[in-house]
Amino acid sequence: MHLAYPAVLSALLFCTGLYGVLARRNAILVLMSVELMLNAVNLNLVAFDVWLSRTAEETLHSGQALTLFTITIAAAEIGIGLAIVLAVYRNRGTSDIDRLRDTAESHDADGPDRDASTAPPAEKAEATA
Amino acid sequence: MTLAAAAATAHATTTSAAEAHGFLSPTGVEIAFLLVGLVTFGAALVTVTTRQLVHAALWLVVTLGGLAIEYLLLTAEFIAWVQVLIYVGSVVVLLLFGLMLTKAPIGRSPDADSGNRWAALTVAVAAAATLIWVVVDAFRTTWIDLDGPAAGSTKATGESLFQNWVLPFEGLSVLLLAALVGAIVLSRQAKATATEPGAPSEREPR
Repeated sequence: MHLAYPAVLSALLFCTGLYGVLARRNAILVLMSVELMLNAVNLNLVAFDVWLSRTAEETLHSGQALTLFTITIAAAEIGIGLAIVLAVYRNRGTSDIDRLRDTAESHDADGPDRDASTAPPAEKAEATA
Repeated sequence: MTLAAAAATAHATTTSAAEAHGFLSPTGVEIAFLLVGLVTFGAALVTVTTRQLVHAALWLVVTLGGLAIEYLLLTAEFIAWVQVLIYVGSVVVLLLFGLMLTKAPIGRSPDADSGNRWAALTVAVAAAATLIWVVVDAFRTTWIDLDGPAAGSTKATGESLFQNWVLPFEGLSVLLLAALVGAIVLSRQAKATATEPGAPSEREPR
């Protein structure tokens, strides 16, 4: 098999996940896109490991070991991430990352409870984008 | 001198092996990889573009399952089954639980995409074009020899994992324990602060 096939598929999946991370508004959908990016990296690791274990006769299987580590770390990351999202949802009543602007620099009045005043900037951003 | 000669011969064999297998006459494994890859990529696209949140999680199952088939085609059996077990079995279930617990809307939600969608699309397409150009230019003539014993069988993976990677493996188990404790602590703190303001009235029904 040409190495270009898994490499190109991995690049496509990574950029799909990149689009999802940048464009999604729900925090859980952003976590799903992060999973897509991690899986793209895993595919690259496995493909290059299979190639190197034949061509260079590399017996460490570092690519597959790193893939297993990445899968484990992704499982830990999704657990922690969902716990954080649920804590934010319990405190704020929303999981939209566009509304969590408490630490953002703003020109007008800022406060912890400005759900009503965050809607106009979002609409403005949509109109300009 | 001998190193250079060996590198030259190795380069010659790889290029000849790759040139013997052109892109216009794909093997059966390549055709299967291409078809499954198309399904995987399409499911990934639907995952990041659909407006129904639960459907996104279900299309993510298709993507991850397709990737498991790609691992099988690359003769990495153990990774494929770990992918099915952990990703399809637990991560997607966790994501679905998260969607349920944050009261995600079942139908179409109009605000699933944020306002910077076109900027994100531009960045993603530019990154995809750059990455594919670089990758194809670099590995156009590289050939993976998939014949012979599987490179990622359970035996090979286990031997490498428990001979060369024991210390990172044990460290990873500590990390998993830390993540588990961290998730529990995060959930408990959230519950304590949520019940603190109206503690007496909320505790009475229990």
